[in-house]
Amino acid sequence: MITLTHYLVLSAILFSIGLAGVIRRKNLLLLFFSTEIMLNAANIGFAAIGKFYGDLTGQMVAFFIIAVAASEVAVGLGLLVLWYKRTGTIDLESMQEMKG
Amino acid sequence: MENYVYIALFAPLAGSLFAALFGDKPKTLLTGIVTSLLLFVSWYASIKLLGYIDEEHIIHVKMMDWIAAGNFNVDFGFVADQVSVIMMVTVTTVSTLVHVYSIGYMDHDKGFNRYFSYLSAFVFSMMILVMSDNFLGLFIGWEGVGLCSWLLIGFWYHKKDVPTSENPAISPAYAANEAFVMNRIADLGMLIGIFMIYWNLGSLEYDTVFANIGSLDGATITMIGVFLFIGAMGKSAQFPLHTWLANAMEGPTPVSALIHAATMVTAGVYLVIRSHDIYMLIPNVGYFIACLGAFVAVFAASMALVNLELKRIIAYSTLSQLGYMFVAAGLGAYWIALFHLMTHAFFKSVLFLGAGNVMHAMDDEKYIDKMGGLAKVMPWTMRIMTVASLALAGIWPFAGFFSKDKILETAFAQNHYFLWALLWIGAGMTAYYSFRLIMLVFFGEERYKKFGFHPHEAYPYVLLAMAPLAILAIIAGFFEHSFMHFVTQLLPEYEPHVSKGTFIFLLVVTLGIAISGITLAVVKFSKGNFDEFFKKLGVYDVLINQYHIPDFYQRAICEPYAKLSEFAWKKIDMRIVDATVDFIAGVIYKSGDKARAMQTGNLSTNLKWMALGFVVLLAAALFYRPGM
Repeated sequence: MITLTHYLVLSAILFSIGLAGVIRRKNLLLLFFSTEIMLNAANIGFAAIGKFYGDLTGQMVAFFIIAVAASEVAVGLGLLVLWYKRTGTIDLESMQEMKG
Repeated sequence: MENYVYIALFAPLAGSLFAALFGDKPKTLLTGIVTSLLLFVSWYASIKLLGYIDEEHIIHVKMMDWIAAGNFNVDFGFVADQVSVIMMVTVTTVSTLVHVYSIGYMDHDKGFNRYFSYLSAFVFSMMILVMSDNFLGLFIGWEGVGLCSWLLIGFWYHKKDVPTSENPAISPAYAANEAFVMNRIADLGMLIGIFMIYWNLGSLEYDTVFANIGSLDGATITMIGVFLFIGAMGKSAQFPLHTWLANAMEGPTPVSALIHAATMVTAGVYLVIRSHDIYMLIPNVGYFIACLGAFVAVFAASMALVNLELKRIIAYSTLSQLGYMFVAAGLGAYWIALFHLMTHAFFKSVLFLGAGNVMHAMDDEKYIDKMGGLAKVMPWTMRIMTVASLALAGIWPFAGFFSKDKILETAFAQNHYFLWALLWIGAGMTAYYSFRLIMLVFFGEERYKKFGFHPHEAYPYVLLAMAPLAILAIIAGFFEHSFMHFVTQLLPEYEPHVSKGTFIFLLVVTLGIAISGITLAVVKFSKGNFDEFFKKLGVYDVLINQYHIPDFYQRAICEPYAKLSEFAWKKIDMRIVDATVDFIAGVIYKSGDKARAMQTGNLSTNLKWMALGFVVLLAAALFYRPGM
């Protein structure tokens, strides 16, 4: 029997994987992947809790997140392509312009 | 008739605002003329009201609600009754003439327009003071006249402050501040009195307050009376708050005539007269007021005996005469106090204006030992000042005789023989110093020639402006009975009861000392400088240094206070307050400086910090549960 706990544990594991990726990875593309993993971890949590309470709001929010994630990826990839064209690399270390 | 009240009140304000429009421009004669005309309008309205008001016709107007907060209601209301209308007429008469006089006196002054703006603003404040129908309005006028007095004493604020060793007189700016600070002390007392009235009676309107004051217990009424009188002491420069008045003579002379002789300084007397319903219930306080008044009458007159500054002598004389008024008011003879207030306003202002003529002619020289023999060049000023001095000395048939004599009679009739004796001595001194001044300025050796002065008589219109006041100084006394009938419709009736014989005895004795004072001064000073006599007596030093009271204040109050302020500044403010603020700023600055190191510019590091922050917030959300 798969209970709510299982879903939430899965969600937490996915979120941790995503977070680790965001912290560790240097490749911008993989950073996007990690972000997506974190967002989908949240989606799983929303959908599971929505089902548990018999409330559609959780699933609605999940759809929202999917839509927002899609547009975010579109914008992000666009910027990424632009960055690659300008500098020839998508390494995170190449972005040092914010140094105070 | 209500419109006359508004016209009398607001015409000076209109004049002041008009003159203020030209405040920074060079002299425009128009401002002087317009303000004088508006003052004349105000005077005319006051005279109209004087003719209209009697027992059935008292005008009480409510212009608007002023303060309405909870149960606290004060209207912006004005009353023209017998007392306030007398004050209005006195104030507007003197101020109209002083305005006209000032056109001549301030002729060459750069601040001509500014001067007229201040002067009219003063009259407006004074009108509010006397016309208000409640204590709060009176207080507003009270502060207004204080402000205008400050502005006008310090009118020549650009004069440098020099040490007293070089010039015993102080700078106008210092004098203005001294007057202001001294009055603040007294005003606090008055404010406490007003608070206590509201606290206990729930209203500040004269009618309500005076109708219900009897319901309070004796101690409360005494406190109210004492605190209100502290306010009166400051404004009327009674001992020990008297030092500012002599120094206030640094202002232009017409200002001294209007503010520091005829009107503002009598506001304290007006307050006591207006609050007679309170003071009648507390005769002990009244007796104290009378004693203080009698003391000041002699104390101030004695300082005038030897002083060499023309205006200071007259200022001390004003102090002394205010003492007389307080004696009358304190002994319950309110109408006599008001009568002396009125006659004094006339003869003292004209005396000051005469002094102004002399100083103007002598290039602002104020020491009478450099004058002498001016009667030849300034005959009319001499005549006017002699008339005013006769009135001041209380010689029949001049105004001062009627009012001052009544005060002495009151003291005698109430068996306060000691007070009477003090006043009697004061009357002698008054006569002596008035004529010492006349003799030193107008007669004897022409000392001014040695100092290279070229005095000249004042403009004819200036003398003409003084003439009505001089005439009033002569004839005002004959209105005694109609005056008494008029004001005793409101004020308690009072007539000193002495037998016919005593009356004549008093008359002879009082006139006797006044005449002997005059004779002494005239005879001795025509033979040369009589001041040597006082120097031999050894009291000269004490008198010329004003009983060392200014020195004492300087040493006992000002210097310790300056030290205390310095301590508070250097130790408390800089070491504690500033140090605390600086410490907090330092902590924030340094922590910012240290935290800057985390900004490496590396996006990856930033993300790590972000993740850390997220974890911290998550932990906070888990562990911090408000309301649990």
